Amino acid sequence: MARRFAYFIAGWIIWLLLGWTLNYQEVVAGAAVALIAAGMFGGYLPLQPRKLLNPVRWFWLLVYIPVFAWQCLKANIDVALRVLSPGLNLKPGIVKIKTNLKSDIAKVFLANSITMTPGTLTVEIKDDTLYIHWIEIRSDDPEEMAKMIKGPFEFFLKKIFD
Amino acid sequence: MVPVIILVPAALFCLYRALVGPSIADRAIAVDMMGVVFSAITALVALQYKLSYLLDISIALAIISFVGALALAKFLEKRSLDD
Amino acid sequence: MISVLALIFLWLGVVFVLLGALGLARFPDLYNRMQAATKCVTLGVCGIMIGIFLRSGFNPLGIKALLAAVFILFTVPVSSHALVRGSLIAGVRLWKGTVRDDFTADRGAPSIIDNAGAGEEEK
Repeated sequence: MARRFAYFIAGWIIWLLLGWTLNYQEVVAGAAVALIAAGMFGGYLPLQPRKLLNPVRWFWLLVYIPVFAWQCLKANIDVALRVLSPGLNLKPGIVKIKTNLKSDIAKVFLANSITMTPGTLTVEIKDDTLYIHWIEIRSDDPEEMAKMIKGPFEFFLKKIFD
Repeated sequence: MVPVIILVPAALFCLYRALVGPSIADRAIAVDMMGVVFSAITALVALQYKLSYLLDISIALAIISFVGALALAKFLEKRSLDD
Repeated sequence: MISVLALIFLWLGVVFVLLGALGLARFPDLYNRMQAATKCVTLGVCGIMIGIFLRSGFNPLGIKALLAAVFILFTVPVSSHALVRGSLIAGVRLWKGTVRDDFTADRGAPSIIDNAGAGEEEK
């Protein structure tokens, strides 16, 4: 039930943001649509709503955003240089690393973050193993590989979601 | 308007990959990216003429290309391809 | 000040989208193309949307652009992940320079790394 309620609130807020008006018709229609959507899909929400009320998690989320943006920018400059260099210097391969995150949503965020960082693309998550396509393999040692790929993300995601 | 003109070659590169790309997944990712580039173009046109409803079209384009890519990925998983 | 920042975001976004699309046309195999496409195009389009938001401020146009940026940031990695996984399972060939492939090895399937000269040529 709490899941459905969280879903309802989130859907309603997004509806109101898209309309950007507080006309009563808009508000009522948004509530109706959000209610129907929450009734249909709210059960799938992969979060525990209790965790949403903890301000410490929100604080870490705010810290996480600039870290992520910086890594993302670095990734793009890296790929852009590769695209422009004539030889394309590639050394691709698919490697696997372990993660110690527990909840599904944290793993999904880790996978998305890895996809956005320099030269790595998540292929598959199986329990606690992540398969990653790496555009230039720079190490053969699993520990070192995991540290290079995950970067600072795992630390923050543990604070936010676990 | 200049950013829009620069984005057109980007869409053309995607179109080239969608026409040439050896496997179906190549074409799928090219079409997916083309959808995202078109949504950016639509957003820029919306900014130019101050038409906020064009942004709805932009969001819808992004959603459609996302759902299309997911459907194609499911299709690829179930059936192996020859080309 | 804000408008200068908006212009920086817009142009950064446009340049990254162009480079990403160039990478999509230029890289040798599906998986490397996917890298270029997802990273550059996602960040580029997000940059364009944030530029639009900064340019127009808190009105329907700006807020919708911001929502579109968030949406694209969440969905494009997911769709590329699904496509890569699907095409690995379907057996789309890896480029001949590929060093290792743990995913196919762990599935117990035969290697799908292209042997030299057989498949597509390097562009």
